[in-house]
Amino acid sequence: MITVTGVAKSYGQRVVLQALTHGFKPGATTVLIGPSGCGKSTLLRLLMGLITPDTGSILIDDQVLTAHNAQTLRHRMGYVIQDGGLFPHLTARENILLLATFLKRAALADRLAELAHLVQLSQGDLDRYPSQLSGGQRQRVGLMRALMLDPPVLLLDEPLGALDPITRSQLQAQLKAIFAQLLKTVILVTHDMGEAAYFGAEILLMRAGEVLQTGSLEDLLERPAQPYVRDFIRAQRSPLPPL
Amino acid sequence: MKWVWIISVWLLFAPWVQAQETLTIGSKRFTESYILGEIIKQQAATVPEAQGVHRQGLGNTGILFSALKSGSIDLYPEYTGTIDQELLKNPQPHTLSQLNAQLLPLGLGVAVPLGFNNTYALAVRADDAKRLNLRRISDLAQHPDLRLGLSQEFLGRQDGWPGVKRRYALPFNTPKGLDHGLAYEAMAAKQVDVIDVYTTDAKIPRYQLQILEDDRGFFPVYDAVLLYRLDLPQRLPQSWAALQQLTGMITAEQMSGLNAQAELEGISFAQIARTFLNLGTTQDPPQTNSFWDQLWGEDFGRLTQEHLVLVFGSLVFSILVGIPLGIWAARVPTVAQGILAVVGVVQTIPSLALLAFLIPLLQQIGTLPALVALFLYALLPIVRNTYTGLTEIPPQLQESALALGLPNFARLRLIELPLVAPSILAGIKTSAVINVGTATIAAFIGAGGYGERIAAGLALNDNAMLLAGAIPAALLALAIQFGFELLDRWLIPKGLQNQKISNTAD
Repeated sequence: MITVTGVAKSYGQRVVLQALTHGFKPGATTVLIGPSGCGKSTLLRLLMGLITPDTGSILIDDQVLTAHNAQTLRHRMGYVIQDGGLFPHLTARENILLLATFLKRAALADRLAELAHLVQLSQGDLDRYPSQLSGGQRQRVGLMRALMLDPPVLLLDEPLGALDPITRSQLQAQLKAIFAQLLKTVILVTHDMGEAAYFGAEILLMRAGEVLQTGSLEDLLERPAQPYVRDFIRAQRSPLPPL
Repeated sequence: MKWVWIISVWLLFAPWVQAQETLTIGSKRFTESYILGEIIKQQAATVPEAQGVHRQGLGNTGILFSALKSGSIDLYPEYTGTIDQELLKNPQPHTLSQLNAQLLPLGLGVAVPLGFNNTYALAVRADDAKRLNLRRISDLAQHPDLRLGLSQEFLGRQDGWPGVKRRYALPFNTPKGLDHGLAYEAMAAKQVDVIDVYTTDAKIPRYQLQILEDDRGFFPVYDAVLLYRLDLPQRLPQSWAALQQLTGMITAEQMSGLNAQAELEGISFAQIARTFLNLGTTQDPPQTNSFWDQLWGEDFGRLTQEHLVLVFGSLVFSILVGIPLGIWAARVPTVAQGILAVVGVVQTIPSLALLAFLIPLLQQIGTLPALVALFLYALLPIVRNTYTGLTEIPPQLQESALALGLPNFARLRLIELPLVAPSILAGIKTSAVINVGTATIAAFIGAGGYGERIAAGLALNDNAMLLAGAIPAALLALAIQFGFELLDRWLIPKGLQNQKISNTAD
């Protein structure tokens, strides 16, 4: 369960996130969408404790996120960024196992095999370095790394942004299946309305640090809170997949 | 890495594995001083009391005086005029007993006048002297277009150029300094017209120079004497007694002849001293002077070891201090500029100045101050490469590392340092190569290494000897460069080899 209460962030005069209060639905996928610079990635980074809010508080599983507990709370949240954010000096396997090995967790081999099966990555690919993998493979490895400790929460920041359309649509389908199977609380950042519609039970549409509307795709389509919501949805060129 | 440590420790301590009473003699960086140092050493060795050690060719008067005061050496050949004006800053000439009274509080004394006066003089080419009718220093005033080639030491001393210029009201601007060993060549090549010489220099007749008469009696008397620590006669009474026999033993002509044997005939200092003291001449094979003989001379192993100790001994400490400093600078932006500025400024201090500063601070000459100086010089590349490497890790990688939830130290050890390993290794390589060159300066303070040959070669104007020191140093630098390239393959993570740290999409 993740709840933000009155969370705001500014850099100098520039407001990157206006005070936001929202409870993210456990076990469901929430999509943060909006144009570049709308504050969606900032919100994700606030939830990870990578930056600290100016005001308000963030509650993760009934613990208030602070500078002191951020490091351990991160173990309950998998974080995936564009292109996977893999460490180039480590093989795929070493990337995935890095934290679990450091924490001396048991049964690593079993968990690794399980995840490889889940994201459909071959054993051979696990021994490659990130530079030897394709974009889609890197993204799969990034996802495995995020899932290694089986965290209840997954935060994904434009996870498919760097992929070609075919790989992207394959991975979208896989991800959706994985989310449904694992029942994780997923918060996914994207700027693509089609992707948002495909994944999101709940969508937060943002602009200039402000959440304009929260709701299902139907709500946004049929009851836009502002003309901008309608414009944003219409401006997306990719055809919406069937609901 | 274990073998690196074992070798480092061995290299560091190997030179210290020797004991018993020693008599340590210093000498300055010119032929006469080298020869006198050898004469003192061999004369003292006529009694079996102490092991004689000749720290030859030390940088300059200041370094020798510091070394003497700190007890790094027991005595060295000096000249009364230098003691009077340069060391004690006396405005008027003093007698030997007056000098002794002044030196007493320092725990030092002068004794054993060797018998000759080697004063400073100004010399011109003989043909110029004839053409321009130059006989006396005061004649120089008529020829302000003559080019001066004066040694650094002469330029800086009160009993040198500043005093001459004032006494004779000479119309010359103060020129840039020229190494004394090079001055004669510069004269022969007509690059300069007037140089400072010592009156016993062997090269004065060889280069057909004429000494200008000191018609206003400016230059003080430079009687050669022994400047020694007062504890020496008590500690080694027999050796000291043996040294008394040197009193009045060397005339100016003899000294000039001994200098010529070294500089013109290429006879070794040790052999010259042996012959002079009638201690037999048969031990040495006939002296040859070829480059190859000099290169593979009996001191090659010792010099190589000393050079390696200097380079790698200091490098180990630079790594141990430099990498944490670089990390600190990268972590705490407020201290970064301060740290980088300090290690940068250290780099700009001239090496001889830094060494001269470290000797009184550390109360000794030799390996320790040389190691400290090299350590300081090697810091900058290591600190800066560690700092820039860490600050230039792509932000998305830094965030990925943070988002994993690893503690700070683990993040540094498992992710950040391996990522910047190529950059840090490049910094260490730069430091090592620079150190090989800088370490040749260490010979000026008696720390040995290939610089000993370079210093002696300069003093003797012996290019073969100079090259016999410079070429091994250059080869060592190349070898180190090559060695580090092998080390790169071993230490840099495979995923990073032959590519930049980046995480961009394909």
